[in-house]
Amino acid sequence: MGSHTKSRFKRAIPGLDSGTPPMTDLPVLKPVFQGSRETWTWPTIAGVPRLAVPAWMVGLALIAFALSIGAAQAQAGAAAITFWTAFPQWLPFIMEGFVLNLLISFFAMLLGTVMGLGLGLAQVSTLDPLRRFAWLVTQFFRNSPWLVLLFCFMLLLPFRVKIGGSEIDIPGWTKATFALSLPIMANIAEIVRGAVLSIPIGQWESAESLAFSRRQTMWMIILPQCFKRMIPPWMNWYAILTMATPLCSILEVQEMMKSTREALNALGDKPELVAPFYTFVLVVFFVYIYPIARWTIHLERKFAVKN
Amino acid sequence: MLDLLTPFFRRLYDETGWNFVIFYEQYEWDRFVAAIWVSLELIVASLFFSLVVGIVGAWLQGSPIRAVRLFMSGYIQFFRNTPPYVQLLFFFFVLGNFTPKVDMGGYYEPMITSFGWAVISLSFFAGAFNVEIFRAGIEAVPESTREAAESLGYSRLMAYVYVILPLAFRVCLPSLNNNLVNLLKTTTQAYAIAVPEMLYTLNQVWSDNVNVPEMMIILFVYYVGLVAVLVWGMHRWERKMKIPGYG
Repeated sequence: MGSHTKSRFKRAIPGLDSGTPPMTDLPVLKPVFQGSRETWTWPTIAGVPRLAVPAWMVGLALIAFALSIGAAQAQAGAAAITFWTAFPQWLPFIMEGFVLNLLISFFAMLLGTVMGLGLGLAQVSTLDPLRRFAWLVTQFFRNSPWLVLLFCFMLLLPFRVKIGGSEIDIPGWTKATFALSLPIMANIAEIVRGAVLSIPIGQWESAESLAFSRRQTMWMIILPQCFKRMIPPWMNWYAILTMATPLCSILEVQEMMKSTREALNALGDKPELVAPFYTFVLVVFFVYIYPIARWTIHLERKFAVKN
Repeated sequence: MLDLLTPFFRRLYDETGWNFVIFYEQYEWDRFVAAIWVSLELIVASLFFSLVVGIVGAWLQGSPIRAVRLFMSGYIQFFRNTPPYVQLLFFFFVLGNFTPKVDMGGYYEPMITSFGWAVISLSFFAGAFNVEIFRAGIEAVPESTREAAESLGYSRLMAYVYVILPLAFRVCLPSLNNNLVNLLKTTTQAYAIAVPEMLYTLNQVWSDNVNVPEMMIILFVYYVGLVAVLVWGMHRWERKMKIPGYG
């Protein structure tokens, strides 16, 4: 909620705003509802955003987590497998899965960014058919569900190719990486297009007057200026992509979710074990994604065009 | 309906081998129609409840009580920064374990079905984004408007419902549009907990008939079409709510 001074439609009222002392002695009736006016902003320390969720809340969540495990122990009885005996055994296996999540996210992002740059530039091309085609491709991959794309490429791409005389198996996760890179490509293309169009036309004109060709203008003048403003949305899409990687488990890619479920299967799918293991997966993702999200917001503010 | 489609698609299959079995076999056609209904119900229910979560959440975020605001911010951060797929599984497998079971005459069924869990999970997921969207819209409402409402004797809730939200809604629509499209696409994840929506059903169809490419085409047409309809509707709404010269 914006306060007096933060209002978008700020109009200084003499004597009330902008720190000037009151010019009259007239009493000012303060609204009864002081509480509703309390503002709450993200506090920052020297430009770095403070954690939005204070430490005590994280502590509370952890206590709840521990309690849920404690309750599980009570249910499980003495002889049964408990969380604390099972979890350390399976932790390396599960974290190995998370490494694959990270690998998929890195490669899909890399591939998606390169393809997206091409597609985005095609969208601002001077060639009409190319522009239309690029638009169509972008819309298609932006509006298709990720899971459907995953299914499509997992099932329709070959699992084995013949190169020369030898047959090479294609691991499932590379196909998943390719499938996930496509929606990233389309969204990066939109970011590139938006960034290029956001550069003032004067830049193009002055480059032209200095005898730069269109290609030179794009690569040497426009894109370097776009770079900074593309970083926050790019990071945002990286976070979204990473959070989509567990979907690969539906298609039998041995990533974190699949490993967790296999571990739970091996332990007999006990409800008292399912809860802490699933919570652990959520916590791992949160710990990885949250700093990225905070940093994205920070950069967004830092790079925001100041009026 | 099926009678009209059958001759063409049967001929297509006989002559080209393109097996759109859902358009010429009664059993598959029934499955397909049922899937359309389930997926539409899932989408509409999730959209609706995510909006409810967003509207209520945005109101709670402006609460004078600090604990409420902190709780909301914790909820938003958690649901925004964890994978929706894992959230869905968590809801279904973990919370689903703790819900009471209902006697269905001999066997027991959980009170909340997989469809119910899908709606709950997706609503909370998209709702977390909606809260932020509505909050941004509320911030765009001029302070003087809020003051005017207050001076007319509106309580915080009344001002929110009658004055601020209607004004904020207009500002929210573009980003709301994005988020609802995203939610629509995310409903396919209900596949993982065996909700018989489109992806799940067509998966069964291609398992039975070995016609993956054809069913993929149907899937893409279906979802891209639905997104197009939603975007079109939202844009229409946006235009309708536009006030010339104001924002």
